[in-house]
Amino acid sequence: MAKSNKVKEQEVLQGAGFEKLVRRNPQAIKKSETPVPSAKVMLENLLLNGVNICWGYPGGAILPLYDHMYSSKIKHILVRHEQGAAFAAEGFARATGKLGVAIATSGPGATNLITGIANANMDSIPVLYITGQVATRDIGTDAFQEADTYGMSIPITKYNALIKNPDDVSRITNEAILVAMSRRPGPVLIDFPKDIQAKSTNIEYNQNYHLEPFHFELNDPAGDINQLADAFNRASRPLLYVGGGAIASDASKKIIELAEKASVPVVMTLMGLGAFPGQHELSLGMVGMHGTAYANKAVMECDFIISLGARFDDRVATDPNEFASQSMRAQIDIDSAEIEKRVHVDIHIQGDLNRVLNELIPKVNFVKKRPWIERTNELKKQNPLMFNREENVIKPQYFIHRLSERTKGNAIVVTDVGQHQMWAAQFYTVNKPRNWITSGGLGCMGFGLPAAIGAKFGRPDEDVVLITGDGSIQMNIQELATARMYNVGVKIVLFHNGFLGMVRQWQELFYEERYSSSTLTDMNPDFVKLAQSYGIEAKKISKPEEIEAGIDFLWSTKGPVLLEVMIPEQEKVYPMIPAGHKYEGMIQFDTTSEKGELFSIIPHQEAAKK
Amino acid sequence: MKHILSVLVNNSSGVLSHVSSLFTRRGYNIDSLSVAETQNPSHSIITLVVNEDERMVHQIEKQLYKLMDVIKIENLSNKESIERELMLVTIMADRSRREDILSLVDVFHGTIVDMTESVVMIEMIGNPRRIRTFLKAIEEFGIIRMARTGTVSLPFSSAE
Repeated sequence: MAKSNKVKEQEVLQGAGFEKLVRRNPQAIKKSETPVPSAKVMLENLLLNGVNICWGYPGGAILPLYDHMYSSKIKHILVRHEQGAAFAAEGFARATGKLGVAIATSGPGATNLITGIANANMDSIPVLYITGQVATRDIGTDAFQEADTYGMSIPITKYNALIKNPDDVSRITNEAILVAMSRRPGPVLIDFPKDIQAKSTNIEYNQNYHLEPFHFELNDPAGDINQLADAFNRASRPLLYVGGGAIASDASKKIIELAEKASVPVVMTLMGLGAFPGQHELSLGMVGMHGTAYANKAVMECDFIISLGARFDDRVATDPNEFASQSMRAQIDIDSAEIEKRVHVDIHIQGDLNRVLNELIPKVNFVKKRPWIERTNELKKQNPLMFNREENVIKPQYFIHRLSERTKGNAIVVTDVGQHQMWAAQFYTVNKPRNWITSGGLGCMGFGLPAAIGAKFGRPDEDVVLITGDGSIQMNIQELATARMYNVGVKIVLFHNGFLGMVRQWQELFYEERYSSSTLTDMNPDFVKLAQSYGIEAKKISKPEEIEAGIDFLWSTKGPVLLEVMIPEQEKVYPMIPAGHKYEGMIQFDTTSEKGELFSIIPHQEAAKK
Repeated sequence: MKHILSVLVNNSSGVLSHVSSLFTRRGYNIDSLSVAETQNPSHSIITLVVNEDERMVHQIEKQLYKLMDVIKIENLSNKESIERELMLVTIMADRSRREDILSLVDVFHGTIVDMTESVVMIEMIGNPRRIRTFLKAIEEFGIIRMARTGTVSLPFSSAE
C-alpha cells in the first residue's frame, strides 16, 4: 500500500512540473532492545564512520555527551580555547583527507567555533562541529549560555541541524558526515540540546537520509570533454591553473600525467600548492597577488588556461575582466556554482576533477616539449624570486629556502597568516598534496598553531613545521599548553619582526608610511621564556650564521619545540599585484634601491637541473 | 529582468532561513517571496521573484541547489506559466467617490470585502501586472493600508 501511495505522490508532483523527483530509498534501521542514551548513540555513530579522534572543550550544555566520551573509544583532545579545537580538527582534516571533529558547549563555546567554521567553509574542508545547546524547553528564552547556533551557522556550513528528537540522532549524525565528505567537502554542524543528549532512543543506527541523492552522489561529468580536448590540442601555449579542488579530489597523479603528456606548465593557487610537485620542471609555483613573477607572466602570455578546481578568486583573478583575457579559458569544478561565478569561461565541465581528467587525458595529444616550455623556462630565468642578503640580519626568505632544502620539501608545512605565509608559499617547495596547510580563503590569523597540532595527530610519523609570526601566534598561543600536554611534536618557526608585517607593508606602500596600530614591539613577550614556561624547549636566533644550528635544534628536539627567528621589520613580500589591479601592474623586487647582496632563486626548477 | 523561480523544498523549520540567508549573504535582490506547504506535507513550494540578469539568475539557481533542503528548482519565466497574486487594499471612499470606486473594482474584477462610512477594503486577485495597474488606478483615492501575498506561479500542463 505504501508503494502505491508513493507512486501516486510522484505522479501528482510530476503534474506540478517536478519531473525527475528522486524518492528516498529506505534502508534498514538498526534498533536496540533496550533504549540507549542518545549522546552515546552519537559517539557510536561517529566510531562507525571511522572517527577516532576529536578536539573540544567541555561546558554545561554538552556535559551528557562528555560523560559518555569518558568511556568512549574516541580519543578526545582537550584544547585551551574552542577556536583551537576548530582549527585543530581542520588541520587534521587537511593533512589526512579524513573528517575532523570539534566539540564545544552552547553559547560562548559555539560562538568561539564560528571563526573556525567560516575558515573551513571558505577552503572546503570537511569538519563536523558538535555544539551543546540549552534544553529544548529553554530554547528561545535567553537561557544561560544560550545562543542561536543553528541560525549563526547557516551561512557558513554546508549542512546544519538542531536535534529535537533522540530518534533523529543517528540519522542526523550520518547525514552530516555524508554531506561533509561528499562532492565539494565542507563544514557541517549539529546543535545538540542538553535534554536530548540525556534522553534515550531505540534507534541505534539509521542511514535513511532525508536528502536528495544529488546532494551527495558524484554525477557523471557534465559538459563537452571532446570540445575541451580539441581546444587543448589546438592551443600552443596552454597553462594549467590548479586550485584546492585538486587536493580535495585527490587528482595530483592525473594532473602530473596530463602536464607531462601534453607538456603543459602548471601554476597553483595558495590552496593548490602541493597538488603538483613544486620542484617539477613544469611547475611555475604560485600564481596571483604574491605569486612568482614567472607564474603571473605565464598567465599573461598563455593562449589557453584551464582551471582545475580553482575559483578565480580576487587574490588570483585580481581584476576579473582582465585575468588571462587574451587566452581561451576553461574550467573544471565539482561545484557548478563556481563555474562563471566571477570570470567568464569559454568551456566548462562540471564534475569530479579526477573523473574528468580520466576522460580527458586519453583525448589529449602527446607533445614532447613545446617551445612554450622554453619560454616559461626563460621567464623563470628572467624573473627569479629575489631578495637582498645582509650581514648580521636573517632574511625570512633565506631561512625558508634553507628549511625547504634541508627537508627536501618533504615536511608538512603549516602556516599562519601574513607575510610569513606568503614567503613560505614562495620559498618552500611543496612536493606532495596535503603537505601544505594554510588558511586560504578566510585568512585567519591564529590558524597555524592549532592546525599544526591537528596535522601532527593525523600524521604522527611525519615532520610538521609551523611557520608563524609574532602577530599570528599570539591569537592562539594558549594552544602551546595543548601541544605540551599531549607531547605533540610540532616544530614551530616563529618569525619575529615586532610588526603585523603585512599590514605594515600595505601601510608603507599605500598609506604613506603611517604605521597605524601595526607595531607590536612595545609589548611583545619574551617568546622563548613564554614557551619554556609551558615546558616547551625554545631558542632564539638573530644572525645568519645561526640558521643551520637553529634548524638542527628543531630537528634534534623531541616533542614540541619553538625557534624564534628575529627578522627585519621592513622586509616586504615581492612580487605583488596590488588588490584589484591587472597583472601588468605587478610590482617586482627593486634590485637597485636596497642595500645588501642580491640573492635570487628559482625554487621551481630543481628537477630540471638534475 | 524579472524571473520567477519555483523552488521545491523540504518542509523543515530552517528552510526559509537558509534561503533568505543565501539571498542576504550574496546580495541578490528579491522582489517577492511566498512559501506554503504542497499536497505533500513534507514539501513546500517557495516562489521567488527576482530581478536580476540572466547570468545572475543562473548563479542564484546553482547556489540554491547547494542548500540541502532544496529538491528541485524551476525557472518559470522560461515556460508558459500562470502567475497570480492576492492583494488586500483599504482606500478612502466617501459617498461622493464611492460610485467611481465601485465601477473601477468591477472593471478589474475585484471584490469589496469591507466597507464603512469613509473607507472600503478591496480584494484583488490577478497577475502582477493587473494588480499594478489597479493600484495605479486607485492611487488618487488615497490608499490607507495594503498587503500583498507576492507572486505564486505554476506552468501550464496543457502547454507541454
